[in-house]
Formats: sequence, C-alpha cells, structure tokens
Amino acid sequence: MITFDNARYVYDSFALHADLTVPRHCLCAVLGASGSGKSTLLSLIAGFETLASGKLAIAGSEVTQAAPGSRPVSMIFQDHNAFAHLDCRTNVALGISPSLSLTGADNTRIDTALARVGLTHLAKRKPGEMSGGELQRVALARALVRDKPVLLLDEPFAALDPGLHRQMLALVAELHAEAKLTTLLVTHQPNEIRHVCDQVIFVESGVVRKPVTSRTFFADGSEPVRAYLGT
Amino acid sequence: MPSAARPAAIATRLAAAVVIAAALAGLVPLVTFAVQKGGRIGLDAYVWRILGFTLWQAGLSTVISIMLALPAALALAGTRFRGRAVLMSLLAVPQSLPAIVVVLLLVDLFGARGILAGTISLYGLAGIVMAHVYFNLPLALRLFVQVLEAVAPENRRLAAQLGFAPRALWRHVDWPALRPAVARIAALIFLLCAASFVVVLTLGGPAATTLEVAIYQSLRIDFDVARALSLSLLQVALCAVLVVASGNTAWIEATASRRRASVSEQRPVGKAAIATIIATAIVIGLPLLMLVVDGLPNISLTAGLFQALATSAAMALASTLLALAMATALARGGSFANSIGLLGLIVPPAVLATGWFVLLRRAEGGIALSASLVVALNALMALPFAMALLVPAFATMARQQDRLATHLNVMGWNKFRLIDLPILRKPLAQAGLLAFALSLGDLTAVTLLGSQGLVTLPSLLHLQMGNYRSGNAIGTALVLALLCVGLGSLANSRRLLR
Repeated sequence: MITFDNARYVYDSFALHADLTVPRHCLCAVLGASGSGKSTLLSLIAGFETLASGKLAIAGSEVTQAAPGSRPVSMIFQDHNAFAHLDCRTNVALGISPSLSLTGADNTRIDTALARVGLTHLAKRKPGEMSGGELQRVALARALVRDKPVLLLDEPFAALDPGLHRQMLALVAELHAEAKLTTLLVTHQPNEIRHVCDQVIFVESGVVRKPVTSRTFFADGSEPVRAYLGT
Repeated sequence: MPSAARPAAIATRLAAAVVIAAALAGLVPLVTFAVQKGGRIGLDAYVWRILGFTLWQAGLSTVISIMLALPAALALAGTRFRGRAVLMSLLAVPQSLPAIVVVLLLVDLFGARGILAGTISLYGLAGIVMAHVYFNLPLALRLFVQVLEAVAPENRRLAAQLGFAPRALWRHVDWPALRPAVARIAALIFLLCAASFVVVLTLGGPAATTLEVAIYQSLRIDFDVARALSLSLLQVALCAVLVVASGNTAWIEATASRRRASVSEQRPVGKAAIATIIATAIVIGLPLLMLVVDGLPNISLTAGLFQALATSAAMALASTLLALAMATALARGGSFANSIGLLGLIVPPAVLATGWFVLLRRAEGGIALSASLVVALNALMALPFAMALLVPAFATMARQQDRLATHLNVMGWNKFRLIDLPILRKPLAQAGLLAFALSLGDLTAVTLLGSQGLVTLPSLLHLQMGNYRSGNAIGTALVLALLCVGLGSLANSRRLLR
C-alpha cells in the first residue's frame, strides 16, 4: 500500500533511509527513540517533507513529488487538529469541501461521522470549549468523511489519561477495520499498542526498518530494540 | 505582606503619586477653567472643525497603513529568500526615527528640490498622512508577520492536506489569526496619529491642524488661554476613549512582542508576492537611501551641532533615568500601578504642557526651569514604552521566582540585588535605550516647553529647516537619525547583554 523505494531524506545533519512496503489494511505501529525520525516518516508520506532521492508510492501511484492535498492520506497530529474559530461540525465539514459548499448528502455523511465518534451532542462547540480527547475525535470524524485509504496518526493520544488513551486506541482500531484503512500510528507507549497493532515499524539511528509482526518485534532480543523497550 | 517587602511598595506608591501629580498639574487648570465658566466651554465651529480633521487624518492614516501592510505581510510571512533578514531590519528603522527626521525625508523627496518634486503637494493632508503611514505601515507589517508565523504549523499542514486554495487559506487560517491583531493595531495607530504633534506642526497649516497642534498654537502664538483649555478638554476626552479602546495589550504587543515566531512551512513565492515585497522595500528604503546620499556630504560638524548634541544627550539621560525609575516602581505594582503608566497617553503632551505653563507662568525659572520641564515631559512620554517592556518581564519573574525567593527568605534590597536585577537587566537596558532614543529625537516637549536659549539636536534641525538651510538640515537629520536608529537597533538586538 505504501512503498518506499530506496528512499532518502536529508535535513541539515539528519538523514533518514527507508526501503520498505507497508501492506494494505495493516494497522502498524511506528516505534523508536525520540528524534529517531518517526514523525519525519509520517511527514514524508503526507507530503509535508519531500525525499532527497528514491521513490514513494501510495496505493500503486508514485507520489514522490505530489503536493500534500493530492495524496490519498489523512493525518492526525498530537494537537492543533482543529481550526480554533470554527465549531466542531464545521471543522469536520472542511474535510469534504475547503470552501464549505455542502450538499444534502455531504451533511448526512458529516452527521454520520460525528455520531460514529460520539460527538453529535458537541457539534456546535468551538475547540476552546472541548477536551483533548474530544478534539482528537473531531480529527477522526474528519478523517472518516475524507474517506482516504491511508490514515497517519502522530502521537495522537500522548496527552490523554491512560484510560482515555486506551479507549481512543480501541476507537481507532474499530474505524480502521470498518473503513478498511491502512493505518500508521506513531507512539511512545509500546505496551499500549502491543495487542492493537498487527505490525511494527522500528526506526533506529536514521534507518526505518521493514515492518514485522507485533509478536516478532516484542520477541526481538537485539540490542537496539531491548535498549528502546528497556527490557 | 511581610515587612521587608515594604520599601518596594513605598517606591511604587511614590512613583504613582508623582505621575498622578504631574497629570493633575496638567488637568487642574482645565477643570478650574471649566468650573469658572459654569460648565460651559467654548466649543465653536472652529473647534469642531479641528476635531473633524484630527479624526479624518488619523482614520485615513490608519486605513492606508493597514491596507498596505496586510498584503505585504502575507507575502513576507513564511517565505525565505535572500535579503529577507535585511528587509526585516529595514522595516524596524522607521519606528526609531524621530518625527522631525521623517518630515525632512518627505521634504527631501517631494519638496521643491526633491526627485519627486511636483508630484504631490506635501503641505496639508497628503503630507501628514504620508508621514504617518511611513511610521505605522512597518509597525503593522512587522506585527502581522509575527502573528502569521506564530500560527501552529499543524494548522498550515492540515490546510495543505485538505487542499486549501489561497482563498480558503485566507478564510480559515490567515484571517482568523490576523483579525484580533488588526483590531488592536488599528486602535493603536489611530491613537498615535490622533495625538501626533511634530508631523502636523511642520506639514499642516491653518486648514490642516489637529487638536494637539491647535492647543499649542492657541497658547503660544495666539495667547488665547481659554481656547487652549477648551481644546485640551476635548483632546483628553478623545485620548481617554482611544486608550481605553486600544487597551493595554495593544501597547504591550506593538512594542514588546519580540518572541521568536515558530517558522512554519516555506510558502512558494508568487509573482504578486515578489512585486509586493519589492514595492514595500522601495517605499520604506528609498527615503532612507536619499537621506544617506544627500546627508553625507552635508554633515557639518560645527560647534553649534556639538553644543546641541551635548544638550540633547544630557537632557535625554536625565529623562531616561527618571522614566526608568518610575517604570520600575510602577511595573512591580498591581494592575492599577501598571495602568498609571498610560496617563502620559491619556493626557497628551500638549495638554500637560498647557497646564504646567498656566501654573508656572509667573515663575522666574529661566532656562533651567524649562529644561527640567522638558525632561519631565519626555520622561512621561517614554513611560508607556518602558512599561510595555518591563511589565511582562516583572510578571514572568513574579510567576517564576517570587515563591522560591519568599521561601528562602530573600527579600527587599537583597531580592532586588540578587534576583530582580540580574533577571531584569535585559528588559531594563532595552527600556533605557528606547527611552533615551525617544527623548533624544523628541521635538514635541522642547517645542511646547522650551525657551529661547534651549537648543537640542531636533530643535536645531527644525530651526535649520525653517531657515531654508536645507543643506545643513539634511546633514543634521542624518546625524540624528544615525544616533536614534543605532540606539533603537541596539535595544532590539538579540545579543544585548546576553
């Protein structure tokens, strides 16, 4: 689904190398130490950064130089996922039309998405009046209406309490299955995703490793993985 | 509060009392007059016409400054090109220039011998608005660029992912961020233009005069005290409304906001953006280039120039120390003490000077008295700028250090010496440099309160301009501009006392 072909990214003294394929419909965790390049990997897929060399293809088409808006991708950041001056429903609607010209069918889809993430009663709230968990649900609802095959999440629930964190992960797993997405999730809490994600991509000293099954990763006795996991 | 904290509280109260007394000394003669008149003040057609022109030129200056600053800010924010840093420093220059120097820049360009002679009639509305725009366009532009670059990078990335066209980007990202800044800076620019003195005094005329200048003319040229006082009452009412409308925050943000903006995505630089950037650079840079080109061969280092420079420096030093002492004492007080610093804006210089003049008209103080009054007035005028730098610094310090200091029982003089001063060294130095530059370049106070023998650098320049010695004038203007811009950029330098 997502293929990096001998891809190389360079920024100042930082370099990242990736040569791998993320299989279709896989829910994949991206793990690695702070500053190892996990977020950069997602930014490359979303098109906020571009490769210095090599190729990137998503869903069979090459997108190495494509603009962010033309890639079949939705991304959720740790925060600032909503425009502060627009209410919850309008923020979701932007996923369908940047000019906010909506048809009846569009409105139905928005309401369905809001209901799916449990925000129907908060549709008119502004981001300033919503909690961290609610704001991430807004971003999830917008990803639903955008209906793109790839979902990228960059530490989306890091600021939430453990209970809520688990709840949101479960929601992501459900949406992932329902919409048949290919999902990449950057996280700092490997134990939380152990039973949620089928695959793990480990990023270490400038190299993105090929995805392995969750079971294989946690059984990996190699030094870098053990140092990262603290086992 | 523990007893050891008392000296600081006393200093705050003392400073507050001094500032309030100075303002009252300006206002009391007005109120006395109003009472004597039985509450009826001579608001005739002449007064209303002046009020009308004051508002009209301020409104026009504000709208033009902001309309020109907005597209330039959109072109500049988030773009990176060679020479950008130079352009941003260039944009900081007009704010440091004395008003009389800006007037001379315009005369140099549009006057009889200027390269743009005959294109625009400089004296009257056009000249006044041009001078005000020259000051305030870069002020607004720099604030807008900061605001745009402080937008969360995630918001810009989201906009890119959602495929926003330029219109949607403006509607959902840029305008919501700019809207509060536009409102605040508009109120601030309107206030500065409504109370502007030197520009209107030199470029205005009988048909183009503002309250501030009309007060001075009634008093010092027509000797019509009654009219001066009724104009003053109107000006105080107007300024009070404007200060309240613009709020403390505008003041603080426009002068003190120097935090580093988070740089977001680089935007592609379109043709329209390049044209806007070049046009802005020419509008701001060309007058400065002409000043250097015409001024350099005309610098005549005469005894008169040095004499004026020495007088200016001594008086500026005195008013800087006075302003810093008051600002430090007021900034550490509560919000009431903080807002007292704004009295110098609510009761503008011409009104203060009118009151002081009436109170002291029988005093035989000579040049020493008038010099000390000029120093005091300059200190009051610099106070809001100094406060804008010191209030946030004190607030940050109170948040971060005061509990620890109290816990360790470091109080009073020891706290000031060991904790406050090292932390506040930088904002204090900045405020001092700005106050010094303001006083050094100020023509307002010395025009309002000066006497025959008191010649400062700006008043020497004004004299030379009046005497058609424009060669001398432009040389003097260059010296004054270099001094003020040097001090201003030193105050803004990131490396100051690091």
